[in-house]
Amino acid sequence: MSLAEVPSPAACGACAAAPSGRDAAVATGTLLSLPHIHCAACITGVEGALRKVPGVNDARVNLTLKRASVDAPGVPVETLVAALGRAGYEAHELDAALLSGTGDRASRDLLMRLAVAGFAMMNVMLLSVAVWSGATDATRDLFHWISAAIAIPTLAFSGQPFFRSALRAVSAKRLNMDVPISLALILAAGLSVYETLQSGAHAYFDAALSLTFFLLGARFLDMRMRHAARSAAEELSALEVPRATRLTDMGEEVIAVAELRAGDLVRVRPGARFPADGVVSEGASEIDRSFLTGESLPVAAGQGDDVHAGEVNLTGLMTVRVTAAGQDTTLARMRDLVALAEGARTKYTPLADRAAAIYAPAVHLLALFAFVGWVWATGDVRFALNVAVATLIITCPCALGLAVPAVATAATGRLYRRGLLVKSATALERLAEIDTVVFDKTGTLTEGRVDPVGLAAHDDDTLAVARALAEASSHPLARSLAETLAERGIAAARVEGIAEQPGHGVEGRWQDRRVRLGRADWTEAEMLEATATYLDLGDGAHRAFRFTDRLRPGAAEAVGKLEALGVEAMLLSGDNAAAVADTAERAGLSDWRAGVRPDEKQQVIADLAAQGRRVLMVGDGLNDTAALAAAHASISPASALDAARVVSDIVLLGNDLTAIPEAVETGRAAVRRIRENFGIAAAYNAVAIPVALAGFATPLAAALAMSTSSISVSLNALRVRR
Amino acid sequence: MNVLVFLIPVSLILGGAGLVAFLWALRRRQFEDPEGDAARILTDDYDDAPKRD
Repeated sequence: MSLAEVPSPAACGACAAAPSGRDAAVATGTLLSLPHIHCAACITGVEGALRKVPGVNDARVNLTLKRASVDAPGVPVETLVAALGRAGYEAHELDAALLSGTGDRASRDLLMRLAVAGFAMMNVMLLSVAVWSGATDATRDLFHWISAAIAIPTLAFSGQPFFRSALRAVSAKRLNMDVPISLALILAAGLSVYETLQSGAHAYFDAALSLTFFLLGARFLDMRMRHAARSAAEELSALEVPRATRLTDMGEEVIAVAELRAGDLVRVRPGARFPADGVVSEGASEIDRSFLTGESLPVAAGQGDDVHAGEVNLTGLMTVRVTAAGQDTTLARMRDLVALAEGARTKYTPLADRAAAIYAPAVHLLALFAFVGWVWATGDVRFALNVAVATLIITCPCALGLAVPAVATAATGRLYRRGLLVKSATALERLAEIDTVVFDKTGTLTEGRVDPVGLAAHDDDTLAVARALAEASSHPLARSLAETLAERGIAAARVEGIAEQPGHGVEGRWQDRRVRLGRADWTEAEMLEATATYLDLGDGAHRAFRFTDRLRPGAAEAVGKLEALGVEAMLLSGDNAAAVADTAERAGLSDWRAGVRPDEKQQVIADLAAQGRRVLMVGDGLNDTAALAAAHASISPASALDAARVVSDIVLLGNDLTAIPEAVETGRAAVRRIRENFGIAAAYNAVAIPVALAGFATPLAAALAMSTSSISVSLNALRVRR
Repeated sequence: MNVLVFLIPVSLILGGAGLVAFLWALRRRQFEDPEGDAARILTDDYDDAPKRD
């Protein structure tokens, strides 16, 4: 799919939900995804083509997001897409409801606080430099007063994200990095105001503000990067606009799936997904159930058979009587099960919080110890308080606060460029701990398509007839056979009167004989223990074409690399043993299990976890969702079912599986950098704390310590990008 | 030192003006489509008169 081209990292600043003005009018219209636009001519071309369509009031292209919003009440989307198609632009409808604007609003809020903090920091720093270079008496007091007037409101506004998060943590009786940060901010500001009132020499307004600015900056970048990944993942879901064709007395009408009710008749064309659970009332076809069960072989279905939402109709037109729609479908029920299974992962404590749990008590005890010690030694409470607060500020909460977001931003950005959308904040850390990877087969390790094997065993006539018949069908086996034969330059034989019997195969007349290509029982052939289609030339002999699942590119390489990284790989599939064994062998996997039901998959993951293993689950189907949610970390390909993508930590764009070992490597590198960053911060503290405890710390020393440690931490984080 | 009476307000007002301009741009969604805005300057549309809302 064209979306496999990774959108630019800048694709984050905006979204569909506009709050006010003219933009809102456009945004309430239709959203189109334009995956290939890239230049100024594309903008004018697209907007021009759309405005020419009757009924279109306005159209606006967003090149960053590669989207267009069209204000065209009453104009069907197909008309707009067709108009763009004629003008040479590929367009797809997007479901605006699925593109939430919450992440965008949050990052804009953070950017505003960052801007205010930056303004205040620059001004206060100017005044502070004057004080450090020797301003005294009334001038110093005046500068301190101006600094206070700028710093206090700024801290109250810009510091809110830290205060709120710290408050949440404390009221939940936990410690996170924001607790020491908030405490340092409040104490520094409070002491500085007190010192200013007393015409003291030292005020820490600049330190408090630069702490706020740097930390907000890191948090903003981290959030923006993850927001870009998440909105790209959301766009994948929004591309699948849920529509159904309902049959009424008036004829066919296209409606949203949400409007379907039990008892409705819906028509499902070949290649389309069933919109709801139901019973086939008319037509015969074959159904791809791999999303539900992992079976790679299509299943025949005819009148009276049950079908489920999410399955794909392959060959014949079908009419289905809906028995359950919306929240009552099997699909939705499985999704609810997953929501229950998700608890385990939210218990994960991120590295930053674990570090804070050690760091915060240590620093606060140290500051208290300094205060008590100096009061006891000198009896001067004001001086003791100064030393205690200097200790709190100089112990580098800035470097510690930056340690994780700086690395996360760099690592997420690197994976983003590689086509991996990291959605969860702790995914990198969990990925680094992986020691076992569990693959699903159909659609994950394989492409969900098949290749014929052993064609050399057949003579030319057989192949020629096979091509003629196979070309007449849209069945996946026939399609693959026809494509492969065409590639080998085998001409189709002259077969007359070709007709497809949905659910059975294709029939025709060749040299006055009835010839058939299709199921074993229909062609009176002996059923083989493998995926195959059978050809009957009317001469009594039976010929079978065997197929094997096509591996995704890089599958074997990915398994090899993962094993080289010390990660054990295994294959869990709901498919039959022969197909799974074959795939496992080609991918280089020795550990495999076939015929595994969805709940058993989850059980296998739980058992592995009980043995103390950290499992990475890679899967795409509904039968994998519970396992994806239960695993320590999870990846799903872009082609996966929406439900599977939603529960995964990482979505893999593109086809190449070698990105998976890279993701594990990047995760490990990121955690290594985070630990190094904590080490760097500790090294600075080893120098700074004795100085602060001895009472020699000045606001200038604090500013220097903070800046140098923050810069070293950020530079170290950048090394992940390579 | 009397010059401070002018210089401090001047520096604050200039900085504040920058801040206000940035916040205005942020609220008016000027950072919505940086790539598109860079490309749009090359087109001839609305060269004579701005687009009417």
